Amino acid sequence: MTTTTKPAAPVAAAPAARRLGPTSLALRQGRLEIRQFLRSRESVVFTLGFPIIMVLIFASIFDDDLGSGASYTQYFITGMIATGLMTVSFQNLGIWIPIERDRGVLKRYRGTPMPKWVWFAGKVIMVLVIGVVMTALLLAVSVTLFDLNLPATAAAWFTFGWVSILGITACTLCGIAISSLARTARSGSAVVTPIALVLQFISGVFFVFTNLPPWMQQVAALFPLKWMCQGLRSVFLPESFGANEPGGSFELTRVALVLGAWCVIGLLLCLTTFRWTTRRDG
Amino acid sequence: MAAGRTLDGMSDDVAIRVRGLRKAYGDNVAVADLDLDVHRGEVFALLGPNGAGKTTTVEILEGYRHRDAGEVRVLDADPARPTPDWRGRVGIVLQGTGEFDDLTVAEVVHHFAGFYPGADDPDKVIERVGLAAKAQARTHTLSGGQKRRLDVALGIIGRPELLFLDEPTTGFDPEARREFWELIRDLSAAGTTIVLTTHYLDEAEALADRAGVIAGGRLVEVAAPNLLGNRQEALATVSWRTPDGTLESAESASPTALVTELAARFGGEVPGLTVTRPTLEDIYLKMIGHR
Repeated sequence: MTTTTKPAAPVAAAPAARRLGPTSLALRQGRLEIRQFLRSRESVVFTLGFPIIMVLIFASIFDDDLGSGASYTQYFITGMIATGLMTVSFQNLGIWIPIERDRGVLKRYRGTPMPKWVWFAGKVIMVLVIGVVMTALLLAVSVTLFDLNLPATAAAWFTFGWVSILGITACTLCGIAISSLARTARSGSAVVTPIALVLQFISGVFFVFTNLPPWMQQVAALFPLKWMCQGLRSVFLPESFGANEPGGSFELTRVALVLGAWCVIGLLLCLTTFRWTTRRDG
Repeated sequence: MAAGRTLDGMSDDVAIRVRGLRKAYGDNVAVADLDLDVHRGEVFALLGPNGAGKTTTVEILEGYRHRDAGEVRVLDADPARPTPDWRGRVGIVLQGTGEFDDLTVAEVVHHFAGFYPGADDPDKVIERVGLAAKAQARTHTLSGGQKRRLDVALGIIGRPELLFLDEPTTGFDPEARREFWELIRDLSAAGTTIVLTTHYLDEAEALADRAGVIAGGRLVEVAAPNLLGNRQEALATVSWRTPDGTLESAESASPTALVTELAARFGGEVPGLTVTRPTLEDIYLKMIGHR
């Protein structure tokens, strides 16, 4: 008696076809993106380290009282949280996607049965996870070193949540969209960094927004960062400070509308302009 | 052969069928009216100089580029509208290497395996392409040849029915090329249809059942590599040295008779005797030079 059996047909011999479901595909992709991010020293230092270093420097140098029970430190920290959210989404993606596109990573994904959305989902998961980590680090530093008060009410936490999510979504979509502007791996940073830097200066991150020239305020009001900062100020600064805002209040409805509009604009740009390959590559 | 014929007249044993394919970039016509058939199970080599339209053609077949005109069927589907199911049956090794930076070889191959319902064992594939010793290395630390092997691993991880290889051995040392050729022969023996573009004529000769020469965006000839350009029937060149030391040569359709005659003339050994037929390279250069 032999144990040898007739070889099965090649198809039957193959491991049972297992197609991963959408959730596990997305989670795998997200895990891979996060791992890649954490292994890249530039990303970690630049994206996670930059906002924290800025808080340490600025909050230590300036400690003016802005009136209405708010200090410059508190004002600046909310701006840095908004900046941090923009850095992990807009800058991070706008810089790294052109590099991956240039190195043929995107083209290789495109040649597999992976549904396109999975790749985007991976980026979104990475941005959200790193965004949460960065915000938590910033809050930890600010609460321990600079007496920032965490939101006291559920309503304030809720506002914190939706402003952050809407803001990071808008910036993620814009980051993916703007990545298609870069012609080469290197130019991603040249496209994105000046935009981010200018927005930081005119949106009330480094300077108190209402001290800026009116025309600059008008320009800033067209872009998401100003509204993210304002929304976060409503969470971390005393309610009375709202009267100091340009509109006489924190204008949360307008914050939601502008950020929502940028989500739509970003999504449309992504859908119409996203490139899996470089320009010279068809 | 199974008699089945699909409605559009595509026989069961045809993996790729191209008729009148055309692609231009602005004024530059990359592919002009190209016809091509690749049968299931064969190894087909696409030969041609840089800029001849090889990569454009292959990338249209892979579903990366859109054609301007022509009929294209790849595994019974139009590659211009690739479905995930179709992608799962097609393996692709692109021209040039891809870099996954901070991920390891094993991580990348395992990750890509997850996209294919019938994926091969990732560790086995890594071993098969000769990267077992580098499985835990970050991909950016690999040499050019090793990166290429990783590309090949990603091309075959889904156990494709049809595998495209665009200049797969560029940057390989001779030993690595031999190993790669063995791998291709194994895949072919297992029934994989293989389409390969190459600059290396010896590679086409070693691997391909049929080779097509592409020049100026057209397929100028398709034949078994040893029959390209009527190589078998080409005139042989017989050369020898005359007693005063000068080199003589003659082209002949009957070189044996000429050598016999020379042997008689010299009364035995013919000094500096060589008999050559045009190499594949000679034939090929003539073919692409004529265009």
